[in-house]
Amino acid sequence: MSIDIKTTKIEQRRITFDNVAEKLGEGKIPSRYQEVMYGVQQQDVFHYRPTWDPEHEVFDADRTDIKMQDFDDLTDPRHYYYGTYVIQRSKQQEAMEKNFSVVEKRGLLHAMDGDLIEKIRKVIIPFRHAEWGANNNNLFIAAYGFGTPMPIAADFQGMDRLGNAQYITRIGLILSNNDPEILDRAKSEWLDDPMWQPLRKLVEDSFVIKDWFELHLLQNFLLDGVLQPLVFQYFDDEIVKHGGASFAMVTEFFVEWFAEAVRWTDHTIKTAAGESAENQALLAGWKDKWLPEVKNAAMPLAEYIFAGRSADVIGEISNRLEARSGKIGLG
Amino acid sequence: MAAKPRRLNLTQKYQLMTRGLDWETTYQSMDDVFPYDKYEGIKIKDWDKWQDPFRLTMDAYWKYQAEKERKLYAILDGFAQNNSQLNISDARYMNAVKIWMQGVTPLEYAAFRGFAMLGRGFRGAGARVACQFQSIDEMRHYQTQMHAFSHYNKYFNGFRQFARIRDRAWYLSIPKSYFEDAVTAGPFELITAISFSFEYVLTNLLFMPFVSGAAYNGDMATTTFGFSAQSDESRHMTLGLEVIKFMLEQDEGNLPIVQQWLDKWFWRGYRLLGLVGTMMDYMLPKKVMSWRQAWEIYWEESGMALFNDLARYGLRPPKYHEVATKEKYRITHEFWCTIYQFSHATALYTWIPTEEELDWFSAEYGELFDTVYRPRYEYWAELDRKGERFFQKRLPVVCNVCQIPIFHTMPDDPLMNCCLVSEYKGTKHQMCSQGCKDIFDHEPEKYCQAYIPPQQIYQGNCGGATLEAYKEWLHIKDEETGEYYGSEDHIMWEGWKAQSGKPADAPA
Repeated sequence: MSIDIKTTKIEQRRITFDNVAEKLGEGKIPSRYQEVMYGVQQQDVFHYRPTWDPEHEVFDADRTDIKMQDFDDLTDPRHYYYGTYVIQRSKQQEAMEKNFSVVEKRGLLHAMDGDLIEKIRKVIIPFRHAEWGANNNNLFIAAYGFGTPMPIAADFQGMDRLGNAQYITRIGLILSNNDPEILDRAKSEWLDDPMWQPLRKLVEDSFVIKDWFELHLLQNFLLDGVLQPLVFQYFDDEIVKHGGASFAMVTEFFVEWFAEAVRWTDHTIKTAAGESAENQALLAGWKDKWLPEVKNAAMPLAEYIFAGRSADVIGEISNRLEARSGKIGLG
Repeated sequence: MAAKPRRLNLTQKYQLMTRGLDWETTYQSMDDVFPYDKYEGIKIKDWDKWQDPFRLTMDAYWKYQAEKERKLYAILDGFAQNNSQLNISDARYMNAVKIWMQGVTPLEYAAFRGFAMLGRGFRGAGARVACQFQSIDEMRHYQTQMHAFSHYNKYFNGFRQFARIRDRAWYLSIPKSYFEDAVTAGPFELITAISFSFEYVLTNLLFMPFVSGAAYNGDMATTTFGFSAQSDESRHMTLGLEVIKFMLEQDEGNLPIVQQWLDKWFWRGYRLLGLVGTMMDYMLPKKVMSWRQAWEIYWEESGMALFNDLARYGLRPPKYHEVATKEKYRITHEFWCTIYQFSHATALYTWIPTEEELDWFSAEYGELFDTVYRPRYEYWAELDRKGERFFQKRLPVVCNVCQIPIFHTMPDDPLMNCCLVSEYKGTKHQMCSQGCKDIFDHEPEKYCQAYIPPQQIYQGNCGGATLEAYKEWLHIKDEETGEYYGSEDHIMWEGWKAQSGKPADAPA
């Protein structure tokens, strides 16, 4: 018996969209990331000036002093487009859900020493406001940034920070057996306790920065570069060392998330710095301007956690940040 | 040991997870941190009265959306592997998808950015979070659309240069200027325009014809992303309704501002949807429903019922809705007649409807179609048979507000062209309707800035002052434009059909 297989001859006319082919070079097959990251932001022929900012177009390269031949070079090395982003985060949230469920069922956080619980309450719970501040700042970059890929990754970063703030809220509610008073108290400490004021002032100052790339450097490189290690590595280790191993279960996401976010932050700054000496000087200037303020803002927190060791801890963290800084060309 | 946890209700818990994160800034003033949410004149006394329109935490969002994305991309992969473009009803249908890609997908990107502005811009944290979810959803929509259309782009013309023509092609100024009008307005107007007037009031007129039309015409790629987006859209609709109620409940002084926006954005949205109606009447070889019928169901019944409900807030139905209803018998025909004549300057193909389709129009649109539009098509078909396919040699005058060529007719006289003029700072501006003229006269400083493609072309700012130079500037080749029958898409399609043993289509 013979089988007659009939096939239709289908000839492909082209590989991808022109804007993608122009960026990658003819004949290259784009990844799904590349196919949606180049040239999608409207570029010119704007019909009306924004009534809220008549000095600029809706999307305007002049909202930062950083100059790029092509802002679409500010890509995300994680290659997150919406689909890959939510799928990756959903896996992580599933792991976190299991951790939370074990911690809640076995009462693991409550099993810790009262001193440790108090430290967590004083450090972690008010920190949710700093995460919310980071949400606000990354949404600014998503809104007013330029080019296709940068606002997209900033939007992911902003939503991640909302997620972080919500995970912290959840830790608080576990500790308090769902009594919202723990959150109210943390907020009043964020607002009035001297330990938090330098940081709160810096976060509020960052809210009025108009240059989105300067804001990116301050928030995602400097503030996160000092505070994330301080809170979710050094403080976390401190708690674990003193018998609070279960705490690491509810902060696992923060550690993973930060290690991953650093890749995007460093890559985008490195690309901008590598574009021109002017960009490099501008970025280095911003770093010099803001880094002392960031360290200053972190110091009272470090003192509360580490007392006499605080200067050493901040020193170690600064060295790590300087090493990153050197690698990405900030000097 | 842990005490028994208290119970928190969902509303309380969600508030702790969102607006509970926020604080009143003191080192910087709130007005400096949120500089844009007061200048439109909307008064908000108490942002705490904001009712969260949906309660979605980030971890739940990641989870639900990831499930949807996994399914969607599995289907898109299968679609490409199986060459499912062979299953569409007819290659003429692809022009509906091209319009979407050229005109709507870029707006999804712009909406992502616009809602990020709102997600940063409102001083009420509850509203900000709701807008952030819409922002990232809109990002999703532009990306899933591009991924779905990527496969069609490999075979059909009219997709490849979308990023170039999006900003430059005259007919794409219609959707582009619509969205830019919204995003250059203040935050409350933007959210009223998009979340309420578009997503809540008019979206069924967009979603129904496009996604159902895709399903009827065998386009599973579009159908899949369309239905996958539907649960996102329902969140956006609830946001739109909450915004309107919130503004009106906060201060009675907000009512006239909101009413003026609803008048404007109803008309702006209605004009934009004329393009969609035309797509559904003319570009779907298998029809879902006519524009007239869709208008009756989704506006005359549902839309008016909504405005009856909103009357308790002091709102009345938008101005000129009765004009839109009068135009339901003609708008898509007037539009198609225009695109037919000018399609040699678009990345689309046009054609004369088949005999069977002309009869369907007669049944759906009655006497007006038979007396006014059918004779035009018969005349053009005759020219075509003689080898004189009709194209306009000149560019159209377009409305300075909606940017549609001025082909619309007087509300009570479908044979009389409607062109209204406003003079501003010594320059005359033409408008297609009283609806558009009111919009211009309310904010002339804004609309006199509009980039009017035909004027720019004639001034030589678009690659040169001829149509040929303009097409080159758009990167549109002759074989990608004009008449469908005999086009590259048509020939390719007939070739595929011949191989699979299906009968060929004859032109009308």
